[in-house]
Amino acid sequence: MSENEFSGYKGEALKAIRKAGANIGDLIRIIRNGQVYEGILIPRSEYGDKEHVVIKLKNGYNVGFKITSKTKIEKVGEGVKPSFTPPPPPKQNPELPKVTIISTGGTIASRVDYRTGAVRPALTASDLYSVVPELGEIARIEAKILFSLFSENITPKHWTEIAKTVAEEISKGVNGVVIAHGTDTMGYTAAALSFALQNLPVPVILVGSQRSADRPSSDAATNLIGAVTAASKAPFAEVAVAMHETTSDTTIILHKGTKVRKCHTSRRDTFKSVNSTPIARIKDGKIEMLTQDYRKRNSKNRLVLKPKFNEKVALIKFYPGINPSIIDWFVDNGYKGIILEGTGLGHVGRYCFESIRNAVEHDVIVGMTSQCIWGRVNMNVYNQGRDLQALGVIPLGDMLAETATVKLMWILGQTQNIEEAKKLLKTNIAGEFNPRTIF
Amino acid sequence: MEVNYEKLGLKVGLEIHQQLDTSTKLFCNCKPQLFKGEPEITFLRRLRPTQSELGQVDPAAYFEFQKGLKILYEANSETSCLVEMDEEPPHPLNMEAVETVLTVALMMNAELVDEIHVMRKTVIDGSNTTGFQRTCIIAMNGEIKVGEKTVPIQTICLEEDAARKTGREGNLIRYRIDRLGIPLIEVTTAPVIHSPKEAEETALTIGKILRATGKVKRGLGTIRQDLNISIENGALIEIKGVQELELLPLVVKYEVQRQLNLIKISEELKKIGVKEEDVKEEFFDVTEVFRNTNCKVIRKALSQNKIVLALKLPKFKGFLKRELVPNFRLGTEMADYARFWGKVGGIFHTDELPAYGITKEEVEALRRKVKTENQDAIVLVADSPENAKDALKAVAERARQAIRGVPEETRAANPDGTTRYMRPRPGAARMYPETDIPPIKITKELLEKIKTALPELPEQKLKRLIEKYGLNMKLANQIMDSEYAELFEIIVKETKVQPTTVAVFLTETMKALKREGVQIEKVSKDKIMEMFRLLGKGELFKEAMQEIFVWLSKHEKESVQNAIKALNLKALSKEELEKIINDTIRSNEKIVKENKAKAFGLIMGIVMKEVRGKADASTVSQLIRQKLSEHP
Ligand SMILES: [Zn+2]
Repeated sequence: MSENEFSGYKGEALKAIRKAGANIGDLIRIIRNGQVYEGILIPRSEYGDKEHVVIKLKNGYNVGFKITSKTKIEKVGEGVKPSFTPPPPPKQNPELPKVTIISTGGTIASRVDYRTGAVRPALTASDLYSVVPELGEIARIEAKILFSLFSENITPKHWTEIAKTVAEEISKGVNGVVIAHGTDTMGYTAAALSFALQNLPVPVILVGSQRSADRPSSDAATNLIGAVTAASKAPFAEVAVAMHETTSDTTIILHKGTKVRKCHTSRRDTFKSVNSTPIARIKDGKIEMLTQDYRKRNSKNRLVLKPKFNEKVALIKFYPGINPSIIDWFVDNGYKGIILEGTGLGHVGRYCFESIRNAVEHDVIVGMTSQCIWGRVNMNVYNQGRDLQALGVIPLGDMLAETATVKLMWILGQTQNIEEAKKLLKTNIAGEFNPRTIF
Repeated sequence: MEVNYEKLGLKVGLEIHQQLDTSTKLFCNCKPQLFKGEPEITFLRRLRPTQSELGQVDPAAYFEFQKGLKILYEANSETSCLVEMDEEPPHPLNMEAVETVLTVALMMNAELVDEIHVMRKTVIDGSNTTGFQRTCIIAMNGEIKVGEKTVPIQTICLEEDAARKTGREGNLIRYRIDRLGIPLIEVTTAPVIHSPKEAEETALTIGKILRATGKVKRGLGTIRQDLNISIENGALIEIKGVQELELLPLVVKYEVQRQLNLIKISEELKKIGVKEEDVKEEFFDVTEVFRNTNCKVIRKALSQNKIVLALKLPKFKGFLKRELVPNFRLGTEMADYARFWGKVGGIFHTDELPAYGITKEEVEALRRKVKTENQDAIVLVADSPENAKDALKAVAERARQAIRGVPEETRAANPDGTTRYMRPRPGAARMYPETDIPPIKITKELLEKIKTALPELPEQKLKRLIEKYGLNMKLANQIMDSEYAELFEIIVKETKVQPTTVAVFLTETMKALKREGVQIEKVSKDKIMEMFRLLGKGELFKEAMQEIFVWLSKHEKESVQNAIKALNLKALSKEELEKIINDTIRSNEKIVKENKAKAFGLIMGIVMKEVRGKADASTVSQLIRQKLSEHP
């Protein structure tokens, strides 16, 4: 946001501000009903109406005044530009591991401009150190801004970019990589990187926050400290998501990239490992492994980068009464893969069979997952399931629907050969299948 | 001695916080009430001071954070949801609360804002799970009449109440979040109050206006008064959390006294030539002096491998025991600093020694070890080396301030009207917009709605109560302040009961019952109304009211009729009463024959005992007289 734009102001309000010759951040005076109010002109929400001007009073409060023929606005003084120079970064301890933090958006760390209320993300390493000084005791940080995107705007093209950037950092010999990511689609990106980055030598940790970083109660700093701790010294070399384990700030939990899902709209512990135990827990700076089933950190591993994804894959959730021509549309539009989110053990209504048959006949790969989220599909228990298999639908075990979709995109980015693709879809590549579900 | 406050340049401003009586909290649909007993949910958090572009951080809060302060929150599911846990964004502002604040604003002739913007005020002591308090200005520049004086009202705000502290063990503070989110109105006066009495009268006036809306909570803990007080050559002191109105004048009086005494101490210290740089942060480990002490506190500390650390305060001898306000000395001030900054239990100082098991010999050994002159004072702390050092550093700082004069502080009110050090005064409040709540326009329609239902101003109402119902000033005042003010007028309108009778029952009788432990809130207003209806119809007697009320308070689900039945308090018919009187006369035939006049008292006593609450005394006495005169 530029200081000289009339951010958010329109119509009458904008006219009045212009007339007064005032800019955002300037000290202005509003005269109304014989009363005088002085304050700093504050940016207005884009969704605000055209009639009100917002000022920040000397006591810190914002108030809105309606612009009418009886309201007068005068500029009193120029705004003072905020000048914040972060303290010099701490002396880097050459003994500490090196970690690169790649930012894709979402504010894992930020500062508030209390003058105008604007929240500014901390993006450089020294910014990060100034906001989360503890990082300096864990690792030597390098910070990189790749994108500034809300996670819902991230697409498979961005996964490719992220994967390439991580590979580049790893080739420089860092001890781990942290990716700051908005939480909404972080699970998808984690799955995508799990397939795109194979034979990892070091951990790749995705991290986000559920409470914005500008508030003292934010989970951002604790999550980031956890992520950097894992990246710098965890014994595993996996793609993982680091977030709060519970509503308390006590522990950070690391979920396997292919087995993790966002399960709550707002809670800190929104991410859950589905059909698998988390990899590790961090408590008081110490890493406690929760499974023995992980790829070990080994700097001798040669990273295999396979960053391509084919976007012609759809995820379709079955619901009672779904119009099967939705499936036809994807086939007609050249889609190569469809992941169905069926009911229960992996079913869809018989009225969809014709469209599914048509899809398979057009060489579209159709995989079945369950909308139950927890558990595995089993298409041998009921006739409906056996019939679907006969049509050519591939049951995908305990794989998450989202992971299955990402995986099929990735597979079709690697090969055009249908049979090979089908085989890959059924092969456990990055821990996306768990042969055993424990209670 | 009469203090001339005007001459001292006393300036007091009040900030009155009062909980609103809404059906839900300010930003969610939880019940605005507290819970007792064990919490169903607990969770642990840390709050991180966020840096602003201005680089300001509340120094006390930052200090606590660095010390590793953790907060354990307690909740139950009835009074808290994810919003209070800071696990869900706030819901839109509770309009019921907004309407009440608008009502107060109009009653105080304040200028309303056109658009309400909710702000986040940074608070990182843990009392808010978010790390900030949500607050908004709804009106400014109002005024109230306090006697002949006009007191300007600077702001009228609506904000959320904070969580309540339930304990602290070392670096772990416990807060209960049931209170968090209860709507509060905050009324701030200009600092134009110039005497303790005026402070009380101003608070009283504001309280009356708030209660006139009928939409504020009542009872202890629902109102909190903060003050800012300054005198010339003193300092601006913020005093938090005066819960009782009656305490206000005393708090002001003590604070003035405290500042005057501190000024005097400062002058005397300067006169004897003590300089700030003389107070050095040089600490002496004097553990060995107390190796075999009889002082229990020190012995316990030493058994836990703690140390005894000493600080020399040059030429301070005698000053530490100087009383600032009753039972509160300069040494007490220093102890409070030590407790806050060093988390220690307390301090010892040579102005009070030998005592507490510390002997004269030990004091002498101590003086030798610290190499003090006779006019110096020594302060001791027994704790871990780190805490002891932090504590003595704070004591040294407080000593330097004593040379300077009165330090600016935020203080907390004690129940006896004195105050204690809480923390240094924070810098300008750091506020930024609450972006999760869209601004609220105050529309013409909303304003019209409120204007048409505006309650009477207290002084108008008082006048009306006296003129229309013939109440005396005291009763009128009491009824106006009571939560039954509205009910009073309804009862009087709908029954034939004397207004004074109704008013006495609703105020004095109720108060007396409450004092006796009767849960008066358990009897609904409808039931009270019904009791008076029966009283008006003569089906119930005045004497029975109290008993029925008490029974109803214990039987919340029962009706008034059932109470009458259960207590056998139905009014007697004339025939029933006559029978009882006749029977009594008959069974006392002998005395009646001997002396009718003497018998009257006896008969009256016996009959009244039997018919108490079922007949009124004047009817009974009249009937007895009649029957006796008819008696042969
Ligand atoms: Zn709630």
